[in-house]
Amino acid sequence: MFVRLLYESFRRQKRRKLLAGAAVALGVTVTTAMLGVATGIGDKINQELRSTGSNLLVTPKDDTLDVEIGGVSLKPPSDGAYLNEADLPKIKGMFWRNNIVGFTPMLPVNVDIGSTRGSAKTELVGTYFNRQLQFGKEKFTTGVLATHPWWKVAGEFPADGSADVLLGELLAQRFNVHPGDEITLDGKPHRVAGVLSAGGTDDGRAFAPLALAQQLLAKPGAVRRVYVSALTKPEDELARRDPKTMNPQMFDRWYCSPYVQSIAYQLQETIPNSRAEQIRQVAQNEGNILSRIKGLMLLITVAALLASALAVSAAMATAILERRREVGLMKALGAGKIAVAVLFFAESTLLAVIGGTLGFTLGAFLARQIGLSIFNSQITVEPVLFPYVLALAALVTFIGSAAAIRKAIRFDPVHVLRGDA
Amino acid sequence: MIGSPTPRRRSGGSSMFLRMLLRSALVRRGRSLAALLAVVVAAAVATAMMNLYVDAEAKLRHEFRNYGANVVVVANEGEPLPADVLDRITSTLGRDVLAVPFAYAVAHKADGTSVVVAGVDLDRVKRLNSWWSVTAWPTAQNQALVGVRAAAALASNGRPIDLNFEGRQRSLVPVGELRTGAAEDSRIYLSLSDFTQWTGVTPSSVEILVPGSADEVTAAVKRLSTALPTAQVRPVRQIMEAEARVLGKTRSSLYASALLIILTAMLCVLATLTGWVLDRRRDFAIMKALGASERLVSGLFATEAAALGLIGALIGFALGAAVAAWIGRANFHSAVVPRFSLLPAIILGSMAIATLSALLPISLLRRVQPAMILRGE
Repeated sequence: MFVRLLYESFRRQKRRKLLAGAAVALGVTVTTAMLGVATGIGDKINQELRSTGSNLLVTPKDDTLDVEIGGVSLKPPSDGAYLNEADLPKIKGMFWRNNIVGFTPMLPVNVDIGSTRGSAKTELVGTYFNRQLQFGKEKFTTGVLATHPWWKVAGEFPADGSADVLLGELLAQRFNVHPGDEITLDGKPHRVAGVLSAGGTDDGRAFAPLALAQQLLAKPGAVRRVYVSALTKPEDELARRDPKTMNPQMFDRWYCSPYVQSIAYQLQETIPNSRAEQIRQVAQNEGNILSRIKGLMLLITVAALLASALAVSAAMATAILERRREVGLMKALGAGKIAVAVLFFAESTLLAVIGGTLGFTLGAFLARQIGLSIFNSQITVEPVLFPYVLALAALVTFIGSAAAIRKAIRFDPVHVLRGDA
Repeated sequence: MIGSPTPRRRSGGSSMFLRMLLRSALVRRGRSLAALLAVVVAAAVATAMMNLYVDAEAKLRHEFRNYGANVVVVANEGEPLPADVLDRITSTLGRDVLAVPFAYAVAHKADGTSVVVAGVDLDRVKRLNSWWSVTAWPTAQNQALVGVRAAAALASNGRPIDLNFEGRQRSLVPVGELRTGAAEDSRIYLSLSDFTQWTGVTPSSVEILVPGSADEVTAAVKRLSTALPTAQVRPVRQIMEAEARVLGKTRSSLYASALLIILTAMLCVLATLTGWVLDRRRDFAIMKALGASERLVSGLFATEAAALGLIGALIGFALGAAVAAWIGRANFHSAVVPRFSLLPAIILGSMAIATLSALLPISLLRRVQPAMILRGE
């Protein structure tokens, strides 16, 4: 009997059920989409923030003091210690390898740059532009393209296997050199592949493939420092603690969180005789900005939840109050309060499940579209959320219906049937 | 009833209209309150979202200022910066920019170790580079801030460091340690007055923090270049580009969310008010049975709905502004100031939606005979 009542109610009042179901579906759609955006935006903004440059710097442990003013090194280039280039691919074997966006080794050499306009002693930096490397079976490319996205080049980046150079725009002006022209390095001719505009001290330097700089310095395999760009989690109390003072459990938790400190620690473990430090200007500020944007979206999601909960409740209440006469009839025929309430709750649960499923699908699609149009990458709503969203939808429809059902049951059947209420 | 020629009867008609409006609000208090609540929530949500949308960008831009300078003035090679460079900067850009001069020199220890010594305005650099991790800032003469790497290399252990610059000796007391993870770690910082007194070297670069949007910064760079023709004025592209990207994406996300939420709130109002009118179809039938014209009845319902919209918008605006202010305080540690320029839009929007959702069911009821409704069919 109960099942038949439920079935007939849906069969005979299609329009009304459709309206209530649509309200639930809409509410769940908005909630799901907002949840997707709020949980996904952290990762997306983190990616965008990587365009501020590397957040970690790896240097040799026993390096002598840098003597550098305005980007010009005054230290004799033979002075100090080096890292080994062969150790670098190991970075892709670290625990948090998937969080490493890229790394770029740098090896400064002082050379005589010459053209028809004369010559001058300048700093040439050997580096990776878009170098293909291999760790184990995994192939990957890394270099300034990944870690210095703000660099703009007229012409093109030198190929990593070539002997071409990239000239900073200040140098190019001074020597009146254009992409494709030739300059001499310590007397030997090299092609200028491109002119670099970096908006900083790098505009006064020349860049070349790492192998060329090593050859000029006569130190094969040498690297002076490595810039690492990593996706990190905003710093918290645990992140700031000294790993030496932690107990093993806490250390594991620290080590397995992508804090900039723990990634620095792992870099130090991975590359022998190295010292890895966070570049505070980048690392500290990005954590701040990330948590602000995440917090903002979270609070807005709460607002969205509230608004859609109210919309669903209002729709449910209206749908039930319209059926007072039905309640009156049921009660006149001898149905108890509980029987009536159970029927209505069963109806609203069914609506919540159907509307919720539809809404979740639509919401996931909407989140995906938002991700594609704003961030050019998908935002996936975790399927794990489905039961929670459904439970939430059921709860909201329940609460929305409860007051209306109570009101409908309270009425005297006589008044309702006569149409006085 | 309407359009009667004598002025006396007309005034009687309008007072009747008002009385019906008031009574219907008071008699069915529960239903009217529910409808009002829906309008209030919708208006509040819309206000909060719009306020946040307008303000969040400014707040985030403020966060980006913590990255430090976005414009750098560097002396051309072999040409010192003009002595009045700071005055020129403030006179071109105004007083609210933060300009910090930096002067550098290489000094030597007795054992031959070289170290870069920098002279800065310590108070200003503290404000400009908030990411500097400093144990203690120098306060007295000849006190210095020593970078961690410099401290390790010079092995001072807190004892005064004797340095020599072109034959002039100076003993610096290390009071604090500086850690940034970049070139600063290998330097010693002291106050600009101490530095010039000792070395005679004047500032070679000025780092400037210009507030405002990317366009404002670009304009500031242009004006500075004309004011300082002998120096290079460069924007710090690394920071500016990241800022533009992150702000743009956040703005779009906020926009999409605001649109979704406001749409839901509007639909909520539509559903509630439709129910509210449908619930009163008996009133509607009686009025029509008593001879009221269709226009009058629609007018009555529309006026009621519009009044609901107005009151709801006013309460909702106050509530929404409070919510936005709270979100601002909780997330950005500075309140979002309510924008009263949004108020007319909110009022108009609420009234339009409320009227629309009242007239929609009326047009449905119009087709039904009053007798049928009164008989309860």
